[in-house]
Amino acid sequence: MQQTSHKFKDNVKHALKQPNLRTAIDRTTGLLTSRRRETLAQYPEYAEARATAERIKDHTLDYLDHYLEMFEKNAIASGAKVYWAETPKQATDTIIDICKSHDAKSVTRAKSMLGEEIGIGEALAEAGIERVETDLAEHIIQLADEPPSHIVVPALHKTREEVAELFTEHHADPHKTDDVAALVESARRELRPKYVGADIGISGANFLIADTGSICTVTNEGNAELTTTLPKVHIVNVGIDKLVPSMGHCAVFIRLLSRAALGTEISQYTTYYNGPKRSGDIDGPEELHIVLVDNRRTEIFDSFMKPMLRCIRCGACMNHCPVYNAVGGHPYGYVYPGPMGAILTPAMTSLEEAGDLPNACTLNGRCQEVCPVNIPLPDMMRRLREEQWRRKLTPASMRVGLGFWAFAVKRPWLYRLGTRFSVVMMRWVARAKGKITSLPGAGGWTRHRDLTAPQQGTFMDQYKRGRRS
Amino acid sequence: MPETKPIVGFFVTCLVDAMRPSIGFASLRLLEDAGCIVEVPTAQTCCGQPGFNSGASDMARDIVKQVIVAFEKFDYVVVPSGSCAGMLKVHAKDLFEDDPAWLARHNAFAAKTHEILSFLADVMKYQPQGISYDGVATYHDACSGLRELGVHDQPRALLEHVAGLKMVPLEGSDACCGFGGTFCVKYPDISNEIVEDKTRCIAHTGADTLLAGDLGCLMNMAGKISREGRPVKVFHAVEVLAGMAEDDGICQPAKEA
Repeated sequence: MQQTSHKFKDNVKHALKQPNLRTAIDRTTGLLTSRRRETLAQYPEYAEARATAERIKDHTLDYLDHYLEMFEKNAIASGAKVYWAETPKQATDTIIDICKSHDAKSVTRAKSMLGEEIGIGEALAEAGIERVETDLAEHIIQLADEPPSHIVVPALHKTREEVAELFTEHHADPHKTDDVAALVESARRELRPKYVGADIGISGANFLIADTGSICTVTNEGNAELTTTLPKVHIVNVGIDKLVPSMGHCAVFIRLLSRAALGTEISQYTTYYNGPKRSGDIDGPEELHIVLVDNRRTEIFDSFMKPMLRCIRCGACMNHCPVYNAVGGHPYGYVYPGPMGAILTPAMTSLEEAGDLPNACTLNGRCQEVCPVNIPLPDMMRRLREEQWRRKLTPASMRVGLGFWAFAVKRPWLYRLGTRFSVVMMRWVARAKGKITSLPGAGGWTRHRDLTAPQQGTFMDQYKRGRRS
Repeated sequence: MPETKPIVGFFVTCLVDAMRPSIGFASLRLLEDAGCIVEVPTAQTCCGQPGFNSGASDMARDIVKQVIVAFEKFDYVVVPSGSCAGMLKVHAKDLFEDDPAWLARHNAFAAKTHEILSFLADVMKYQPQGISYDGVATYHDACSGLRELGVHDQPRALLEHVAGLKMVPLEGSDACCGFGGTFCVKYPDISNEIVEDKTRCIAHTGADTLLAGDLGCLMNMAGKISREGRPVKVFHAVEVLAGMAEDDGICQPAKEA
């Protein structure tokens, strides 16, 4: 996808002009966050499970080479083919080669963010292969020709009314109401024949299980199972951070993932795939190809952003982020939006290209609080700002302003003088109104809200004169 | 509760110093009433947070060192802001990762540094007496105090002792108000979206008073409330607890022009 993170402020302006965007966001994140709260209230082991999950991920990461080799060995033993891709290009080349070797004309795809990361859509289009997105939300944004705006509910930015319009325009036999059930039925009618006709199914994976060589997908619509079992060939594209040591470890995450993501105890479908179809199996693909993708994860491993590799892509951080809730996912301008995106975008592209992202955050800490693997997102955000400062990427106005500020702060007498002067000025501006409705140099504040007039005399001056209470 | 009168160094914070000294004087009144001897060192200015959160760690480090030097002689350091207290108590240690001597000094300083409402309730076991406030108030949990310092129950427990005050819950009281320090002027339109949500929730409670423990967040919410013309008075919790909420609320002059 075309990255637009560096234009974050323009993207925000555009987003805030969309009349239905807030309605669309609020409907979905409101539901997800309230359901999450209710489900966790009935899960007394949550805190313990969260701590355990954090430990499992950290352990797996510390022995990543060991578990990756274990996974490869066991996956091959189960009959799968395993490929290693360092870059997105290597990953898509590998996938397109497999498609070409089967003379594939059409592939069905079950949603995976890794696929977005490597640009699988563009690669298939370039190779002239039809791509059918089978996840309902991915189907919607494929029709609208838009990138996902959320990692779990990619069409979150669309209201059902807008979806109804899209379906009316694109579906062969559309249902003309915005009733959700009718819309789902319409998409099902449209997609069913495509499942049967597809040459290859491509999916991601939620977990790679080292000791069995299995992959696990966690979905709700059943589209993943139709994508992975009906075509003769199943290709899995997956990041190396999805690894867990064993099925037992995986179970800890299964309990956390749906609760964190959707506020449900478990998803509709939790499927484990172990190798291709064996003789005697009723269904399943004849070939299973697993493409393990790095895309700078090993660089993240070596940086202060290492805890980011614990991420299980639940989306709770963005659901609870005030900034994400105000502007949606598109302004972030890359595959991953919200708090986790503000870390992964600079990590997977560059600090320059990530632009405002590490700064567009109030550091309120709610993302870490709701994260099922306790990723210190605000701390990492601040560390990225430190990196920006060190590399002089922070805007000059900010650097100069803070320079003056620090000079005064380190000299209490000068600081007192400055404060006293500011207070007098602000009181003069406020005068009879008692508040400031517009102040040169503080337009960012007064454009949307009033500024209280300071009380007369600074605390330090009054204290010096003997006031004590 | 300490057996002898503890000596408290009061860290005013830059916003209280400049914008609303009454929060500082209310704090002094409460700390003394709770049995503390309070001093206000003149060498203090800011906690360093604007630099720290902007990535200017060298600046922040110098400023935090200055605070530690000015305050390390006290039994306790008390701050009328969860955000500044969180900076000094929790975050500042990151600045001394490579400096064991200063890290040790910071540790000792951090251990005795407290946000005022939690200090009054948890350390001093304080209960205000003879204080009244005629109104219905709702409480916003400012993020740093809530998540970095666990300030949640303490203000509510203290406010229970104020006669005439009825508290009503605020939906999303744990959601950010959109202030975020320099965030609100760097991204004014996003901040506005967030604070609009907050004032809508506040209006929904029907309360005539909004309370919180952090002046930055209070100025943000009060400024929006004023712009929207909502009939809600805004005070720092210590102003009500000290019986000093009779004067003008934040951004609400008694006499409109």
